[in-house]
Amino acid sequence: MKRFDFDGIAKSPRIDRLINNLFNKAPEIEADRAVLLTEAYKATEGEPIILRRAKAFKNICEKLPVTIRDEELVVGAATKSSRSCQVFPEYSFEWLEKEFDTIEARSADPFYISEETKKELREVYKYWKGKTSSDLATSYMAPSALKAIEHNVFTPGNYFYNGVGHVTVDYKKVLEIGYKGIMNEAKKELALCDISDADFAAKSSFLEAVIISCEAAIIFAKRYSELAYKMANECADSTRKQELLKISENCANVPENGAKTFYEACQSFWFVQLLVQTESSGHSISPGRFDQYMYPYYKKDMDAGNITKEFAQELIDCLWVKLNDFTKVRDLASAEGFAGYSLFQNLIAGGQTPDGRDATNDLSFMTIEANMHVLLPQPSFSVRVWNGTPHEFMIKAAELTRTGVGLPAYYNDEVIIPALVNRGLTLEDARNYNIIGCVEPQCSGKTDGWHDAAFFNMCRIVELVFSNGMDGGERISVETGNVEDFKTFEEFFDAYKAHMEYMIKLMVNADNAIDMAHALRCPLPYLSSMVDDCIKRGKSVQEGGAVYNFTGPQGFGIANMADGLYAIKKLVFDEKKITLAEFKEALKDNYGRSVDDKQATAITTEIVRQIVAAGQAVSEEKIAEIYKMVAQSGGVSEQKKAKYDKLLEMIDALPKFGNDNSEVDALAREVAYTYTKPLEQYKNPRGGSYQAGLYPVSANVPLGAQTGATPDGRLAYTPVADGVSPCAGRDVNGPTAAANSVSKLDHFIASNGTLFNMKFHPSALKGRAGLESFVSLIRAYFDQKGSHMQFNVVSRETLRDAQKNPENYKSLVVRVAGYSALFTTLSKSLQDDIINRTEQGGF
Amino acid sequence: MDKDFYNVRGRIFDIQKFSVHDGPGIRSIVFLKGCALRCKWCCNPESQSYDIQQMNMDGKIKTVGRDVTVAEVIEEVLKDFPYFRRSGGGITLSGGECLLQPDFSVALLQAAKYNGISTAIESTGFAKYEVIERLLPYLDVYLMDIKHMNSQKHRLFTSQPNERILENAKKIAENAKRLIIRVPVIPTFNDTVEEITDIAKFAKSLKNVTEIHLLPYHKFGTDKYRWLGREYELEDIKTPSEQKMQEILKAAESVGLNAQIGG
Repeated sequence: MKRFDFDGIAKSPRIDRLINNLFNKAPEIEADRAVLLTEAYKATEGEPIILRRAKAFKNICEKLPVTIRDEELVVGAATKSSRSCQVFPEYSFEWLEKEFDTIEARSADPFYISEETKKELREVYKYWKGKTSSDLATSYMAPSALKAIEHNVFTPGNYFYNGVGHVTVDYKKVLEIGYKGIMNEAKKELALCDISDADFAAKSSFLEAVIISCEAAIIFAKRYSELAYKMANECADSTRKQELLKISENCANVPENGAKTFYEACQSFWFVQLLVQTESSGHSISPGRFDQYMYPYYKKDMDAGNITKEFAQELIDCLWVKLNDFTKVRDLASAEGFAGYSLFQNLIAGGQTPDGRDATNDLSFMTIEANMHVLLPQPSFSVRVWNGTPHEFMIKAAELTRTGVGLPAYYNDEVIIPALVNRGLTLEDARNYNIIGCVEPQCSGKTDGWHDAAFFNMCRIVELVFSNGMDGGERISVETGNVEDFKTFEEFFDAYKAHMEYMIKLMVNADNAIDMAHALRCPLPYLSSMVDDCIKRGKSVQEGGAVYNFTGPQGFGIANMADGLYAIKKLVFDEKKITLAEFKEALKDNYGRSVDDKQATAITTEIVRQIVAAGQAVSEEKIAEIYKMVAQSGGVSEQKKAKYDKLLEMIDALPKFGNDNSEVDALAREVAYTYTKPLEQYKNPRGGSYQAGLYPVSANVPLGAQTGATPDGRLAYTPVADGVSPCAGRDVNGPTAAANSVSKLDHFIASNGTLFNMKFHPSALKGRAGLESFVSLIRAYFDQKGSHMQFNVVSRETLRDAQKNPENYKSLVVRVAGYSALFTTLSKSLQDDIINRTEQGGF
Repeated sequence: MDKDFYNVRGRIFDIQKFSVHDGPGIRSIVFLKGCALRCKWCCNPESQSYDIQQMNMDGKIKTVGRDVTVAEVIEEVLKDFPYFRRSGGGITLSGGECLLQPDFSVALLQAAKYNGISTAIESTGFAKYEVIERLLPYLDVYLMDIKHMNSQKHRLFTSQPNERILENAKKIAENAKRLIIRVPVIPTFNDTVEEITDIAKFAKSLKNVTEIHLLPYHKFGTDKYRWLGREYELEDIKTPSEQKMQEILKAAESVGLNAQIGG
């Protein structure tokens, strides 16, 4: 008996050569897109914004240099040089201009930029002053929200400075009917409009913009067809000549028309993936359920004997390499938050069909195989797991985990589907979900999820409780009274909730301001042509054209707050071992732990750099003040130091989140609710609602560097716990206990995704028995309604060695937080954080 | 909980979760205090004495051993029930030697079964058979150590002869649901092909026995001897090489058993 026709397929030697070509040069910033965009904007002053956007996109598609890289089978590139990036001045540009001379040497995600490019961009930037979406967003924001951002309580920086992205378009539709088909839909809808309709102006210009955008995509592909043909004629190698002729033929047919073959489907898919990321700088453009929408083409070719399994695998592998051919330049602070040049193109295999049957097919296995072949960070590869998921598929996925590449991430249908239904999706749409970016679920082709709306640092809130809403001498939050006067833990927790609610409200204000700015300044007609129900509604995605609209900002620091609030409850109120006044002083003094000069200087430099990168000026006095604040944590008397040591010992002796302790875990659940519940009541300008995520990407490190000591014993400026995971090193009872604790949070309400990181030593996955235990661990965590799980499988020694000898580990991939990245490209502090996460082994 | 077995008390020193080497699936191991043998390689020297002890972990004092009720143990073990169910795992009583606390062990196994938990013990089999017999109705897997076929050498390295153990093995094989023979492979003691073959032949002669696990010697327990103020006699012994283990594995397989390295 054989349920799946899959026994592993050997890797084509072409794939390694493609990968080598990818990494033979440092990423570079190119100016072509920015120049073409600006040229088109200048020529369309005064026209409706949606048409200006479409015409600019067309200008780019007509003139962006076309490049076919050596040996490629699937073609289309955003940049002349591989792994490089275009820039998007319509969103923001000041930060990049400021970093022109430092970006090549910065620690996180450096880029090469030529003097010529700098010159071109400086010229372009003259036009954009005051016209960007971030300029408009700033003017919409409440002063109190801007102040909270300035004080690092939350940061909406992602969409403040960039496109939104975070979407899975309807690839299936392009594969089936091509852009010609989509244009026809738009034309049909346009024919139904009457010039006397109230919404005629908006709707007709939107539909025209859709038609122009589809034409642009077709033109772009045709240019590749011509280039391939020209290269074929000049090619001396007969094999390559044939390949180029085939490429030329493919690009002449797709994406204009529906794909006839699996090969054409691959090429068509790629143009969509490429052009969505050329129209906007938004990342997390997620291919989603590739194994589902590609399968009909694969099956048809296989049944007809038109393709070999080996060639199909080679094409998939080629696409996987291409997904790594993109990078994105971000400002320094964001680069640290999303370290590793990652674009979070999440691709998912397995799960259920819309009518609730198991969806696993041969392509599901082949997508896993492709990851094993390329061992690269992209795609952000995920698998869906439900009670009906075949065991052999789980084992195959576990084999990929064992390679240590940090993929796949595992998602639980049994939580995510009901969670989405609870947010208003139909059951069919919920069953058809895929993952966006890190961990965020949505129904493809119908959703604008705004998934990565902000980082909300829950640790800063406890500081506000102790300071009665003050920060750096300024009032930034509500008054909740002096902590010294609190008589019960409930009073303390109520104050915590009050600051949470206030700050969440400000965050909503900031997000909605940015949301409006995108609708008014950067609507995306090309993207909107592939998201339902934009054409019917005559509205872009940014104006609320999608069927489902959400805003999903993510909170993090739950483990620190659970442990910290538990420490306050126990030590201050239950056991009365210390007063809140003493605790307050201990936190102010960073538990008497000084930072040495070198550390203080490094931390100060880092803080200043981030402030500068965020576009604010820093005076000499301010720098001195920051340094003082950082360094001052030391210098307490010996007597006090001894007292703080004792306090730290007492905190250390308390049970911690992550060890299956029911009391702490129950508090963790309540702490998570202080974020997830208040958010539910808010609405966004697109007519959708807010939903919480609980994951930090990698921002737990840079944002931790802006957070003082916390009552869980965490020292100032050290990383905050990531996602819903226990604090690094505090889960000491093994993986099952850690997973049990995490499963006690309410994952259904955090419907924008939760993130649970677990680190395994390779020995834990040894042999078939190791894989079996590993799969059981995932299944059992999912039985208890956890929503997501991901693993790093590398030994501490390997990571330490990679830190010391990065040249030997250029391609070492690790799971960071919701995505995989090349370890050596990460900053030292993030590397340290990864090394310090508890390593779970089999006993 | 009103079942009588919940109230029985016993002495343990640890409950270890996510054990994947002591019986099938993912298991929680309950370590009981007290053992009749004194194996020189023992990696849990703190398990040997029934007394509650202080261990000086390089300055940090840790108390080893606590008295608990069956209910307390089961409550802790049940936390991992979802993992048992998915992996075919369960509870394993280890030690120490669970046969030295028979009332407690029987009650623990009984309570485990009452809660749908699969059961195993890891045991030397060094007790009166009547004691062992009491456990068997509630036991799914008996992991039994056979360390050496030569009684004198057995006594030299474990402090006890092996006759009773071998005799019990035969009876257990007749009556237990599943018996797996385990051999700690200790250089200078039993790591020759001949010695392992002798043990394997004996295992093969036991009724219903098809499995043998060869557990390579390791030094993870060395620190504990120092912490207990004891001398570790096998300081100079090296862990067996991969090659050596493969030779021994082949020897055990050639007898006609399903052999594996590690539990």
